Amino acid sequence: MHITLRIWRQTNPAGPGRLVTYELSDVTEDMSLLEVLDLLNLQLARNGEEPIAFDSDCREGICGSCGLQINGRPHGPLKGVASCQIHMRTFKENDTITIEPFRAKAFPVVKDLVIDRTAFDRIIQAGGFISVNTGGAPDANAIPIPKNTVDAAFEAAACISCGACVAACKNASAMLFVAAKVAHLGRLPQGEVERKERCLSMVAQMDAEKFGACSNTYACEAECPKEISVDNIAFLNRELLRAKVF
Amino acid sequence: MRPTVTVYGSSIGQKIISAITGLFLCLFLVVHVSGNLLLFKGDEGKAFNEYVIANTNSLLIRSIEIVLFAGFLIHIFWGIRVWLFNRRARPLDYVENRPSENSSLPSRIMFITGMLVILFLVVHLRTFWIAMRFTGTGGLSDYELVQATFQSPLYDSFYIVCMAILAYHLRQGFQSAFQTLGLRPIWRRAIDWVAVIFWLIIPIGFAAMPVYFLIKGAS
Ligand code: FES
Repeated sequence: MHITLRIWRQTNPAGPGRLVTYELSDVTEDMSLLEVLDLLNLQLARNGEEPIAFDSDCREGICGSCGLQINGRPHGPLKGVASCQIHMRTFKENDTITIEPFRAKAFPVVKDLVIDRTAFDRIIQAGGFISVNTGGAPDANAIPIPKNTVDAAFEAAACISCGACVAACKNASAMLFVAAKVAHLGRLPQGEVERKERCLSMVAQMDAEKFGACSNTYACEAECPKEISVDNIAFLNRELLRAKVF
Repeated sequence: MRPTVTVYGSSIGQKIISAITGLFLCLFLVVHVSGNLLLFKGDEGKAFNEYVIANTNSLLIRSIEIVLFAGFLIHIFWGIRVWLFNRRARPLDYVENRPSENSSLPSRIMFITGMLVILFLVVHLRTFWIAMRFTGTGGLSDYELVQATFQSPLYDSFYIVCMAILAYHLRQGFQSAFQTLGLRPIWRRAIDWVAVIFWLIIPIGFAAMPVYFLIKGAS
């Protein structure tokens, strides 16, 4: 199939960048979008041009490194998938596909489609962990946990930290990401001990990184490749109130 | 050193202040629209006039009025503050963005609808509250002032459009406030139903007044 790509090119963090148009005609519909970028890069390299920089690793929707704004939406038009899981059969012959990096003050562009997401790492470092002595693996059923608690925690744990929530939010808010981490660990007995500290430290770091506040548009939930619910955001709000007020 | 969080200073705390003041203002709307129902009594305003005079003379109502003003000011001030804070979070916008595919319109234009409600509030206070309370109604009774004002189709259109905007603001605002206050998911459906009172029934209740007086004047 024939495809027109409009891709954000930016040589360095200082910018400025711009959309550059590329025409590709040897695309098949079972190629993934990232494979199309690979194909384009091969052609660019052959012509002595600078290939397009973009992030990817697992290419099966589990590592979270491939965040792209595809046709005006984080991870493209499909629900519950990451950018690497978008295949060309999603598009039609002669379609134009616009690809931009996720945009937020806290996610500066490094080059082309590559952004710096270390703000998320710093939020995790602030409290997204459980302090335990690592020894042998504990017995699987040593601590009984109610089924719905486990399910809720597991749903939150599915977060792959890709940043689509930030990218989708009109305020570039990281609430869904932080909420997923706080809800994942805070719901389980192992995380209970540091519950209050964790919430306060992670929220403080989130604000320090200059992510926006939550306007409850729920765009994050709609775009999350793991379909993490905004119920977790209510949980985070409740945690903060609990830590500060009650 | 670890950064510290205060309810006042954190992004979540700011939203909590907006939510609490917003819900307080919703409560006021209930009181306001209930009082206004007296206009429809068909007694040429006897009950309504007495109600306005009783409110004016009540020390309790006058004190609550001050709290109400504070509620409005805090809600407005914090709304603008959060909006400014949020705008800084994405200095360079997307070339292509399709937010309509992932979020509702009312949720994305809260700042605009809020600003328009302020505009309405200023006009509204000038027309009714200031006249009834301070500058005088030019010999008309309070009921007659309402009746005379709503004879103007221009004012009526403005009023009804403003109520639609208020409805939009509350469509998002009411349920959003509960989310910000950490509502548990099991309550969500109940809140959505209660929300209908605020984003649909109350604005219709207000908008019924100009319609009523327009029809009454014509007949
Ligand atoms: S490359 Fe790992 S999630 Fe897409």
